[in-house]
Amino acid sequence: MARAAVPGRLGDRLRWRIAEVAGRRVESATAVTLTLEIPDWPGHLAGQHVDVRLTAEDGYSTQRSYSIASASNGRSLDLTVQRTSGGEVSPYLVDELVPGDQLELRGPVGGWFVWRQQQTEPVLLVAGGSGLVPLMCMIRTREAAGSRTPFRLLYAVRSPSDLLYGSELRQGAPGLDTTYLYSREALKDSARPPGRITPEDLARGGWPPDFEPTCYVCGPTAFVEKTAAYLVLLGHAPERVRTERFG
Amino acid sequence: MTSVEPGGSEVNDTDAGYVDGNALAGPLSEVFAVDVTTATSRCANCGCTGPLARLRVYKHAPGLVARCQQCGSVMLRATRTRDAVWLDMSGAVSLAIPVGET
Amino acid sequence: MAFISRGFHGRRPSAGTKLPPGQYETTGFPVLSAGPTPRIRKDDWQLSVTTETGKRHVWDWAGLMALPADSPTVDLHCVTKWSKFGTQWQGVSLDVLLADVETSAEHVLVTSYGGYTTNVPLADLVDGKAWIAYGYEGGDLAPEHGGPARLLVPHLYLWKSAKWVSGIELRQSDVPGFWETAGYHNYGDPWREQRYQGD
Repeated sequence: MARAAVPGRLGDRLRWRIAEVAGRRVESATAVTLTLEIPDWPGHLAGQHVDVRLTAEDGYSTQRSYSIASASNGRSLDLTVQRTSGGEVSPYLVDELVPGDQLELRGPVGGWFVWRQQQTEPVLLVAGGSGLVPLMCMIRTREAAGSRTPFRLLYAVRSPSDLLYGSELRQGAPGLDTTYLYSREALKDSARPPGRITPEDLARGGWPPDFEPTCYVCGPTAFVEKTAAYLVLLGHAPERVRTERFG
Repeated sequence: MTSVEPGGSEVNDTDAGYVDGNALAGPLSEVFAVDVTTATSRCANCGCTGPLARLRVYKHAPGLVARCQQCGSVMLRATRTRDAVWLDMSGAVSLAIPVGET
Repeated sequence: MAFISRGFHGRRPSAGTKLPPGQYETTGFPVLSAGPTPRIRKDDWQLSVTTETGKRHVWDWAGLMALPADSPTVDLHCVTKWSKFGTQWQGVSLDVLLADVETSAEHVLVTSYGGYTTNVPLADLVDGKAWIAYGYEGGDLAPEHGGPARLLVPHLYLWKSAKWVSGIELRQSDVPGFWETAGYHNYGDPWREQRYQGD
């Protein structure tokens, strides 16, 4: 496990940094990806997150955590933000921010829900909705590193129009298998009727427990709860199932 | 991952009310020079062990409250006051923090 | 200079005039919790008042319902900086519950189902300042807001208004509760902005 020092955390306590919005890309009707440039960004591990702090003119301040979507490149990072209707922070990030704006940010943080390219065991990624973001970071990091570690992705999402990174996932990568699990509305020629994730989905699209894969599950709390329980039921060791729940 | 600081939930946060111990990483980075969410802790109540990252963290509260994933008792509390971080670990017997080999 | 996020206002109505320092108004009712929400059936519910001599007074749900009720309309101030105005409650005044309780104690430790605790001076729970509340806005008090019954001490920060209240312990000495042992102020007066220890 994490025996070496965590890259990006070179023995310094973290401080808030100012990041500048360098790009904005629409991912779906409700999600955008913001590219942030941060001077002296130390780089990050796949699966880590950052804390974002917003402060109004009258001093009101609030913060949220967002997973990093992009592989570490030493200069910038991408955050994909899903708009929560009635939310306080996500509509601001999705609708208000434009390139040139600045944000306060602290990170990268988290050393548990991460994938390192030194890992050689097969990997199962299970995403619920925008829980795909840190898993996409793992997929991109694997590709950027030229890793041959076999990855399987199960992506549970409401309907085809809610897909994040649709064309990138369709394009695929050698050694990456992707299965879509639509919960409300599937494609016309789909063999699987729309519905919530089941143990059969995980058995069919995942790895046999004998292969001792590491499983990363990210999504809303109820989704993660259920999926992690199914994986253990299927015979995966609990310590091989790593989870990241949304609040 | 999206999450909420003390102050209440986003309107449609209707889930179980807790997140993983991963969420401790940012707030504790203010005090620790290494990531402590990978540290192994032992519950003072039931004795089970595991990384802090697997605790259940309640964050819609005046501070962060991390509970044992087995028995639910409070293992760690972290509160941010104006000028200090208060860390109560009376619910954890020990904390083994990976720091690399000497 | 402090950093400002251009164009960020937060999800807040315009500030009223009755706000304690550092507070913002909300029209929602945020749910704060430090653990799983206890689900207590009214049939199993009990509230005890224990004096410093160990004498115990206990009410079950029917006993609580048999007591005269008040309908206070109060403002709530949470230490996490939101305030909510004009909330309507139904409950029993602590004056009623403590009427036959003999005590010379000055301190109270309030305990809850689920293990939560908070401390309040006895003087702040009497003379019409506090209730055991079981109704909110015309209905039953929902479990996530402390139902079946919670303490309501609206002149102090809301963490003092213990949800799922189960016990009122009258004590000779002051024992700090859950948040009071974790950096929060021992008394918690929102108008003096007593959020943290040392305020």
